[in-house]
Amino acid sequence: MPKEQAEFEAGMQAHVERGEKGVKTSWDEVNLPMVRHWVQAMDDNNPVYTDAEFAAGTRHGGLVAPPTMLQAWTMKGVKDQAPGSSTTDPMADVFDALTEAGYPAVVATNCEQTYLRYVKPGEKLHHTYRLESISGEKKTGLGIGYFITQLMEYFTEDEEKVAEMRFTILRYKPAQREPKRPPRARPGMTRDTEFFWQGLHEDNKLLIQRCLSCGQLRHPPAPMCPHCQSLQHDTVEASGKATLYSHVTMHHPPLPAFEYPNTIALVELEEGTRLLAGLIDIDRDELEIGMPLQLEIVRCDDELSVPMFRRAS
Amino acid sequence: MSATSSGNGFANQAAIVGIGATEFSKASGRSELQLAAECVIDALTDAGIDPAEVDGISTFKSDNNPESEVHRIIGGRNLKFFSRVDYGGGAACAVVMQAAMAIATGVCEVVVVYRAFNERSQYRYGTGESHKTASHNYDGATRAWGGVHGLVSPASNVAMSATRYMYEYGASSEDFGRYCVLARKYAANNPKAWFYQKPITLEDHQTSRWIVEPLRLLDCCQESDGGVALVITSAERARKLRQTPALIRAASQGSCDDQHMMTSYYRENIAHLPEMKLVADQLWEMSGLQPGDMQYATIYDHFSPYVFQQLEALGYCGLGQARDFIREGQLELDGSLPTNTHGGQLGEAYIHGVNGIAEAVRQIRGSSCNQVKKVENAVVTAGTGVPTSGLILGQI
Repeated sequence: MPKEQAEFEAGMQAHVERGEKGVKTSWDEVNLPMVRHWVQAMDDNNPVYTDAEFAAGTRHGGLVAPPTMLQAWTMKGVKDQAPGSSTTDPMADVFDALTEAGYPAVVATNCEQTYLRYVKPGEKLHHTYRLESISGEKKTGLGIGYFITQLMEYFTEDEEKVAEMRFTILRYKPAQREPKRPPRARPGMTRDTEFFWQGLHEDNKLLIQRCLSCGQLRHPPAPMCPHCQSLQHDTVEASGKATLYSHVTMHHPPLPAFEYPNTIALVELEEGTRLLAGLIDIDRDELEIGMPLQLEIVRCDDELSVPMFRRAS
Repeated sequence: MSATSSGNGFANQAAIVGIGATEFSKASGRSELQLAAECVIDALTDAGIDPAEVDGISTFKSDNNPESEVHRIIGGRNLKFFSRVDYGGGAACAVVMQAAMAIATGVCEVVVVYRAFNERSQYRYGTGESHKTASHNYDGATRAWGGVHGLVSPASNVAMSATRYMYEYGASSEDFGRYCVLARKYAANNPKAWFYQKPITLEDHQTSRWIVEPLRLLDCCQESDGGVALVITSAERARKLRQTPALIRAASQGSCDDQHMMTSYYRENIAHLPEMKLVADQLWEMSGLQPGDMQYATIYDHFSPYVFQQLEALGYCGLGQARDFIREGQLELDGSLPTNTHGGQLGEAYIHGVNGIAEAVRQIRGSSCNQVKKVENAVVTAGTGVPTSGLILGQI
């Protein structure tokens, strides 16, 4: 472990050992209106929470609040913490240190609550909180980081402890994920065209069909020569020299296999035939019809290679 | 030129006597078959012809509704002619040509043309992604040339030609925008248009996002749900029906000059539409009319740059001069060639051009919401960048 990281971890452990506490108070006493909102939202129909007459006949002797409302009573308002809460967060320096060390992202991973007894309307709660533990550096699906557990202890006004909660978060370095692009569409092929794709992929050659009878070159390939009707043909390898004949820049709809904007060129090969192709390292505003280009056959995956062009040097 | 001159046997023999449509939307909420049936019945009602009389159907290869099924559910009895034409929107006028030929040759008497789809709510026609898995046939092998680089959408196919057109003639995105503003102006006055009461400014066009440079969002037609149908019968019968007939003076198809489907990138010059020139030459010859004899035009506007190339192919201006023609206001109601007064496919709806044929019929009837003063003859084109077709309709 690098020295810096060891020091950083030791600093966090020291914080745990110091056990510095903060406190959070509640705005309101445990009360029936909030309980009613909660049980309706949760669809918890137990009458012991809302029916005073029924509750009086239970072992509680009166209304109680649902234990799982624990966090609600001391939770910060949308704007402010209840008066009497710590004005500075004793854990702020730990979190700042984590951000500084490169673990800015946060995700809550565990919450474990222990209820020592039911709380009742009229009781006013506060809780203390402190850093209970910090894990060693862990590798997770989200990225490398530290699991940090806080311990919250809940008390009544006369300091009777009624519950505790352990809340664990992961502070992590978001993993640098390579954008996973699906492969490009497979080219459909017939007996007339498969030589072209095989030539690119297997022999690293850009091939142009040539009529064996009249010598005319043609692309796209076809079984018959439109000039002399011959069915006999072979291929010649393109030199790779070309000029830009036309181009488009695709924005919409984006296909997952490509980066956008995606400029596609219609190039005129030195041999005279035209070809659709991708471009490498040429910005759209540098495109000039007629500009000289040089072929680069790009292997997209194990099955497909495509012709692309760079600015000719 | 007489209707019976050599090779022009079907000129002036048939007429469009009924037009019908569903509403144009982005989510019809019903099946494509229902849309087809609804627009066909609407067109037959318009014509005053009983569905039982329909004995011919002509539609697009790309339509999902079988002719026999549409015929069955509208209450047809004997279907004697059914025909489909390929190449997407390039079929638009060719389906009418099929109908006119079938009627002129006595194969059948009442032909219905329909195009009905949920191309917005059920699938996105404009993404070009409907063929994700490679087919090892001609179509799959042909899509592969651009597909492996991500060149898949119709907009991108057209953009390649548009870049070259701009390079050759100095046309700009703003030039394209002037057509789009006009189409939306017409649509804003057409209650059936999707963009009714929603005109745009040139600035709106210039600030709309790129779809495929050099095409912006507002250069592209809509994806629509809806259906449009036409009823075609003999010119003789047309005279006795309730609506002013739109006589089919000429109709033609064209595929030429190293033609490919959407990707004719290998011909000498990709900034032209020679297939539309071939269509136009036949239209003028067959009808004996000239570009100047037209008082109205429906120019297929899937993407604005092809409107320019079509005006040039039809002979309304020289190569590269459409931008001046449009800038001068020639496509306006008081211009020399009022065009796409329904709002086009940019403004009304994208029903593969059949809605544009219906608008030409309305102009001849005198019932367009952007009516041109007196329309004796109208020229209509079909989808371009593909093997295509055209029509001349006129007063009987």
